[in-house]
Amino acid sequence: MPEHRRDYIEHYVAPIEETPLQATDKVSEDVQPLSLWAEAWRNLRRQPLFVIASVLILLIVVVALFPALFTQTEPNANCQLANSDGGPAPGHPLGFTIQGCDVYARLIYGTRASLTVGIFATLGTLLIGGTLGAIAGFHGGWLDSVIARIGDVFFALPLILGAIIIMQLPFFRENRNVWTVVITLVVFGWPQVARITRGAVISVRNADFVTAARSLGVSRPAALVRHVIPNALAPVIVVATVNLGIFIVAEATLSFLGIGLPPDVMSWGNDISAAQVSLRSNPSTLLWPAAALSVTVLSFIMLGDALRDALDPKARKR
Amino acid sequence: MTTIHEVNSTGPLLEIRDLAINFSSSTGDVPAVRNAHLTVMPGETVAIVGESGSGKSTTALAAIGLLPENGRVTGGRILFAGEDLTQAGPKRIMELRGNSIGMVPQDPMSNLNPVWKIGPQIKETLRANGLPSGPDDVAKVLSEAGLPDAERRARQFPHEFSGGMRQRALIAIGLSCRPKLLIADEPTSALDVTVQRQILDHLETMTAELGTAVLLITHDLGLAAERARKVVVMYKGQVVESGAAQEILTNPRHPYTKRLVEAAPSLSSRRIQSARAAGVDSAELLAPPVEEAAAAADNVIEVQDLTKVFKLRAGFGKSTDFTAVDGVSFAIKRGTTTAVVGESGSGKSTVARMVLNLEAPTSGRILFDGVEMAGLSRGELLKFRRRVQPIFQDPYGSLDPMYNIFRTIEEPLRVHRIGDSRSREAKVRKLLDQVALPASVMRRFPNELSGGQRQRIAIARALALDPEVVICDEAVSALDVLVQDQILNLLAELQHELGLSYLFITHDLAVVRQIADHVCVMEKGRLVEAGSTDTVFDSPRQDYTRDLLAAIPGARLELPPEVA
Amino acid sequence: MAWYIVRRFLQMIPVFFGATFLVYFLVFSLPGDPIQALFGDRAVNPAVADQLRAQYNLDQPFLVQYFLYLKNLVTVNLGNDFSGRPVAEVLAQVFPVTIRLAILALLFEAVFGIIFGVIAGLRKGRFFDGTILVASLIVIAIPIFVLGFVMQYVVGVKLGWAKPTVGAEAGWSDLILPAIVLGLVSLAYVIRLTRTSIIENLNADYVRTATAKGLSRPRVVVVHILRNSMIPVITFLGADLGALMGGAIVTEGIFNVPGVGQRLYQSVLRGEGPTIVSIVSVLILVYILANLLVDVLYAWLDPRIRYA
Repeated sequence: MPEHRRDYIEHYVAPIEETPLQATDKVSEDVQPLSLWAEAWRNLRRQPLFVIASVLILLIVVVALFPALFTQTEPNANCQLANSDGGPAPGHPLGFTIQGCDVYARLIYGTRASLTVGIFATLGTLLIGGTLGAIAGFHGGWLDSVIARIGDVFFALPLILGAIIIMQLPFFRENRNVWTVVITLVVFGWPQVARITRGAVISVRNADFVTAARSLGVSRPAALVRHVIPNALAPVIVVATVNLGIFIVAEATLSFLGIGLPPDVMSWGNDISAAQVSLRSNPSTLLWPAAALSVTVLSFIMLGDALRDALDPKARKR
Repeated sequence: MTTIHEVNSTGPLLEIRDLAINFSSSTGDVPAVRNAHLTVMPGETVAIVGESGSGKSTTALAAIGLLPENGRVTGGRILFAGEDLTQAGPKRIMELRGNSIGMVPQDPMSNLNPVWKIGPQIKETLRANGLPSGPDDVAKVLSEAGLPDAERRARQFPHEFSGGMRQRALIAIGLSCRPKLLIADEPTSALDVTVQRQILDHLETMTAELGTAVLLITHDLGLAAERARKVVVMYKGQVVESGAAQEILTNPRHPYTKRLVEAAPSLSSRRIQSARAAGVDSAELLAPPVEEAAAAADNVIEVQDLTKVFKLRAGFGKSTDFTAVDGVSFAIKRGTTTAVVGESGSGKSTVARMVLNLEAPTSGRILFDGVEMAGLSRGELLKFRRRVQPIFQDPYGSLDPMYNIFRTIEEPLRVHRIGDSRSREAKVRKLLDQVALPASVMRRFPNELSGGQRQRIAIARALALDPEVVICDEAVSALDVLVQDQILNLLAELQHELGLSYLFITHDLAVVRQIADHVCVMEKGRLVEAGSTDTVFDSPRQDYTRDLLAAIPGARLELPPEVA
Repeated sequence: MAWYIVRRFLQMIPVFFGATFLVYFLVFSLPGDPIQALFGDRAVNPAVADQLRAQYNLDQPFLVQYFLYLKNLVTVNLGNDFSGRPVAEVLAQVFPVTIRLAILALLFEAVFGIIFGVIAGLRKGRFFDGTILVASLIVIAIPIFVLGFVMQYVVGVKLGWAKPTVGAEAGWSDLILPAIVLGLVSLAYVIRLTRTSIIENLNADYVRTATAKGLSRPRVVVVHILRNSMIPVITFLGADLGALMGGAIVTEGIFNVPGVGQRLYQSVLRGEGPTIVSIVSVLILVYILANLLVDVLYAWLDPRIRYA
């Protein structure tokens, strides 16, 4: 039978001992349970970027809380004009400002103002933007449109522009302090957080597990709080971390324009601003506070980047 | 009957020998394929069958040099017309792609570039392979793939095409340069069953005309056996069995293949059909018949003239009405399984959402135990929710990733304030036992479990409130064949034990054949046919139902009535 | 597509009214006498003050003021600033300077941002990619005025390659250095956005299919990866035009560029309400128009939007 030979197909069976049949869908019981957050944490710990950023941020927070641990010099006392723009001297490792104050001491004591502005502006935008964004995303419809348009109104005014106008209001002009700066940054910073939160909430809102919870009898607000928000948190945390850095830069810029912190508050922004006159004669008075500020901001941005990699839902699936 | 050897003058077109592929990951190299071997003769169709993660796609993609970035061939040879592709440089592989080896990918939604029209995407294929690429040539390629009005179609964007049309366009592209070998990676698994059959038929005709060999990758053994001459079964990265299609089906030797042949719904459904045709009463294969007379009075859910109209925004404040569900009536008898079958857009899921009271009907009534749902107060609604529970399709989406398994199953008990924390824990343990999972999974999180295990958790959660009705919305569609089989068995056991009634929403008639007592067929929002499963399968009255039945893969197979 | 553009346009109308109203409210409704501010510490002749109040409608109720102001804005009747110059003339003088500055900055960030971003994305994980990523983070972390000072000092004073201060003329070539400073932070964002977008598209299914069709690597990159990756980048660039113009205050201050920002800053210090509101209103208009332009571009680049 020639066509039989031509069409012959070998029936191959792999040796069973080499290809054993395993139990279908068996639970491996020897692994430790790991939540998503725990898994993210395990990944983060191994990232040098995250470790460096965290150590730096920890250091900066300690400096802001206990500046006296890091310098014995009183930043404002003993400013002697004789030392104006002087170079490093014993006990004064970074030299003197144009006022004859110790650069290093001012650097240490200036940490608190910058960090406070950053942290509270971030918390404020999270509170307002996060709430409005979550409501807009979960509710949808007209409420979503209204909140989106209000956000657009604030988007249409760039931060610095809006801040200039607000800081000129009599109340703000007369009460310039950390809190007025925080309020200004929150007023113009919340729409971005609202947008991110809204998007994150929408992506979770229609997930099957939310529908499942609803058909179990969980009410809409409870489903939002228990299921939607915890799952929408990751991108918001990432943005908040990066924003913390951006707000510190913004504070410095406002102080530079003379509409941020008042000159008697010690802050990096004010010091950089004050140092511009001596840029050519003694650039280090400008570069040190600028470096301190940039390292701080960089730490927060790097932390945000590392968090994004660890919490990214796309990366999670793999 | 004497010595047997290849007498083909040309020799194999594709020969894969001892292929090994590794994926590098953060934890080191992971072997994806080991000792893979297969042979494709010119013009022959060979199918690779396996579950997800079996290495079937990886093996085929290696032949066209399209392994993912972290994948690497670590051993063996891939001979294409005698040339070893594992040794060929990138330039040589590029030459071969398109005109020697073509590909039809799996998902028609994501495989056409959304920003280019269809025409240019075909034109560039022809041009890259040195073929004439005028508008007429492009139109010819498209119309060969069965797209009518090809010249106009060429000027459209992918998003203006339906899924089936996109898949035709992708087939057009894959075959446009007359390759000797076409790699078809689950080419129809994302499509509706009737479209799936049309497309496979067309692909078969075209490749037969052109003499193209096809390497078909699929998870469906029935489909593979029907379409291919030769079947290669892969399991955990290895080829466990290969041979002539009919031989594999009727005489599987490897334990994995045996289980696959038993479990594949398309095959079981086919066996039931041939058993009935032969007049054999195969009671074990079928769901137990229902005592019609006794059950008639006891409808747990009754749906009367249900209609749902959605308003679609049509621009400029105008809106058009879209009737998703149109005058649907059916009833679910207590303790039985009713299946609602239909293709995408048939309105079957909307029916499920309305029965779950997640969506309000535009008109019509839903009676639960004779009580109309629309008039329920808040408290009564909460009680209703206890008695009707859903299981969803996507095992990755239906569990909150932030909740561990204990909290997930406990949530319904907590919401309805049932028991104290000790009795709730005992209940969770019992439920886990019922779905055949060890109590140790309680402290685990959904991301640590497989799809089938998650679906078990979803079932346990649904059962936590001792419901009477469980609504399964495509509850097994996303699962691998063997896992699917396990879950279906579990559901059947639970029904037997707890007297549950199921409303099964699915597109898969093969599954319906195995589990349902009653079938409702929906098309474009309307109920076109309803009856007992046997009646609908044996003597369908509507053309649409006949189309659906004919589309079950394996319908052409000759299977003995009782293989199992 | 027409409907899409119209809808976006309609959405922008409340934004325009909302934003101008907000600014008007902040500038005019609050305690403090702008007329007194004009005269500083000198005593004001009440008759002269009343005349000025009438001229700026400051004697009317607030809402009436706002609507009169809107009417004036539409008819380009912006009145005079406190030194007697027509505000329209002031705008005509300062806006061209800032528009030049913003266009140069936009070009700078677009060209270099896309080039660096594409290279980094295509060479993900290699040395160039790592360097570019770190450099872009550092640029974002440094306040723009520090960058400005350093560039002014190094490029302008030490190297002498550009004028450290621009002055009244403000020609195209004078504005290059300030434009680079202005565009630096956005450059960092453009690089990162382009890179992410490229990497995402590299893994897209249709890119794999394009490769399987037998296309050469350059063609796959140019035709299938680049165009798709540009969609979010162009959206960002368009929206950034408005931000650049409004955010030029610091840069214009450092380089003494006689543009919108500098003028606005002076007006704020003087409490010159009408000028502030006029300038900001035009900036809002620019922002809105830029966003509409983005919407058109977006629809052009992404056919899925066009037919939605």
